[in-house]
Amino acid sequence: MDLKTMPNNDGRFGEYGGQYVPETLMTAIEELEAGLDEAMNDSTFKEKLNEVLQEYAGRETPLTYAANVSERIGGAAIYLKREDLLHTGAHKLNNALGQALLAKRMGKTKLVAETGAGQHGVATATIAAKFGMECKVFMGVEDMERQQLNVFRMELLGAEVVPAESGSQTLKDATNEAIRYWVAHAEDTFYLIGSVVGPHPYPKMVRNFQRVIGDESKQQLLNRIGRLPDKIIACVGGGSNAIGMFYPFLDDENVNLIGVEAAGFGTKTSKHAATITNGKKGIIHGSLTYLLQDEAGQITEPYSISAGLDYPGVGPEHAYLADAKRVEYKAVTDHEALEALSFLAKEEGIIAAIESAHALAEAYKQAKDMSKDEVILVCLSGRGDKDMHTLQSVFKEGDK
Amino acid sequence: MSERLTNALKAERLFIPFLTAGDPVPEATIDLALALEQSGAHVLELGIPYTDPLADGPTIQAASKRALLNGMTLTQAMELVPQMRKQGLTIPVIVFTYANPLYQYGFERFVETASDYEIDGVLVPDLPFEESNAFAAKCKSKGLALISLIAPTSNERIKKIASSAQGFLYCVSSLGVTGTRKELHPKLQSFLDLVKGEATIPYVVGFGIGDYKQVEEMNRHANGVVIGSAIVEQIGKHEQALKKESSRLEAINEIKGFVQKLLYAPQVR
Repeated sequence: MDLKTMPNNDGRFGEYGGQYVPETLMTAIEELEAGLDEAMNDSTFKEKLNEVLQEYAGRETPLTYAANVSERIGGAAIYLKREDLLHTGAHKLNNALGQALLAKRMGKTKLVAETGAGQHGVATATIAAKFGMECKVFMGVEDMERQQLNVFRMELLGAEVVPAESGSQTLKDATNEAIRYWVAHAEDTFYLIGSVVGPHPYPKMVRNFQRVIGDESKQQLLNRIGRLPDKIIACVGGGSNAIGMFYPFLDDENVNLIGVEAAGFGTKTSKHAATITNGKKGIIHGSLTYLLQDEAGQITEPYSISAGLDYPGVGPEHAYLADAKRVEYKAVTDHEALEALSFLAKEEGIIAAIESAHALAEAYKQAKDMSKDEVILVCLSGRGDKDMHTLQSVFKEGDK
Repeated sequence: MSERLTNALKAERLFIPFLTAGDPVPEATIDLALALEQSGAHVLELGIPYTDPLADGPTIQAASKRALLNGMTLTQAMELVPQMRKQGLTIPVIVFTYANPLYQYGFERFVETASDYEIDGVLVPDLPFEESNAFAAKCKSKGLALISLIAPTSNERIKKIASSAQGFLYCVSSLGVTGTRKELHPKLQSFLDLVKGEATIPYVVGFGIGDYKQVEEMNRHANGVVIGSAIVEQIGKHEQALKKESSRLEAINEIKGFVQKLLYAPQVR
């Protein structure tokens, strides 16, 4: 299989991907492609990145055997890759560090980012503080409400949080606003995209900065159980933790890879964010991918209780892997995710992010039907601290 | 390229106004198109409302929203053109649409329909040179001009874009999204000089031009101007009047007055 050789020189994963952006940005994108190639061929860049990943971000993150959960379910052994224990609380920091180092190397002094749940915004604000760069983070008004704590964290870190007031006032609109800002300021500003979306080379670049999750997991499992897992499950909004986890395993055909989208109130309703499950091919934020839209090509509003998953598009590499049937994509409802989150908290003393809880819910379902000597690896992409506000309102009202 | 467009582009000081289709109602768009032709427009740029217009600023986003409320789509917007023609519009029409609505409609189908409807060209702001090869070939086969954008940041790309461009070159006067501005890009002059060196077809300036002084200045450096947000803003101001047949004519006359002021020198007393 040549799945790992994607994207090609045109930035395509099969037919997906590409560079659908205004001409005003093309020079900035060409500059980024050149800067990225140069950096990735420079061993000192990689050394520097590894150094900050270890001594600042806290890699490697642990691999935890969820013993109580596995026993209670009575099926496959469930292991958790603990990206929740990374500095700032989610896998997002891996990519933010990589891109910020690249931005500095390219002589940019300012960072602009978009954020949904706030985790990417926090990661970007964090490294901006560390590297002495100016930072602006666009965030939907609705998300600012849901994720007040993260807004405060970003501000404490010295970033400016700019409310995106258009459309549904969530991640899609924050992304539109960040791109609009970038169009006007590309000369001194680096756009630090938080997922494997956007125009080429972003999907490739972000994947390569996130593959550390899968690379580490592989080594840790080989050391621990002496073999690869039977299944790997990760949640998919834009899809960066999932692709980071899956990518090193793409050639390992005996490992089933499962991406979990947000089904919200259910994929039969209009309130979900299950892009691959229910979307059609389309163009959003620079890429051809699966997209939630109406007949006329107007983008429709996604919904999920998790602010990090309600994005109408998905990384183009996921679209490609779905068509190639290398990764299977499922959808999990708000309700199932919250139950899974609650179960993990009570059994293991780990409060997962609502995003990651979608992957957990699918893992529990699948583990039941598997034997005890089989292994599921779940990417616990982030921790639930940021979701306390949401969880409190849901669980206290008993609305679960 | 259509004879209509070829002839229109021979004019000096090209004036290319922009309207969002269906803003605030389809009937108003038709009447406005005719009024703009009477006011001296050489080419009409007809914008397709879109939920996520990345290259547009708040004014045109608001117009898109007004039009989307009426359910305006690429299909319906294209159907407005034969209606305009029936009522006497003779100037060429360029459809301005984003890549996704076009992709859903189908590139092939778009080119066929556009040709049937006497549409003369198309501009897709998020379909840069690198992504436009196949579509450009389809357009060419039906005599439809695919209009290229060039930005002040395009630098070495100018040559490449200009060498395969059709119709006219649309030079972006400032970085950022559409919308009127007090100041245009500081390097605009040197940018336009670069374009001049490469252009074999007319080149016009757009994005941010909103007053007579800017129009005059751009006419000195280029073959003409595109005026979008400044006109769309006027339409927004007259939204209620434009919606009703009884008050539409009066509103249109006021917008005509605004356009006249943009194009012609104030009377010196």
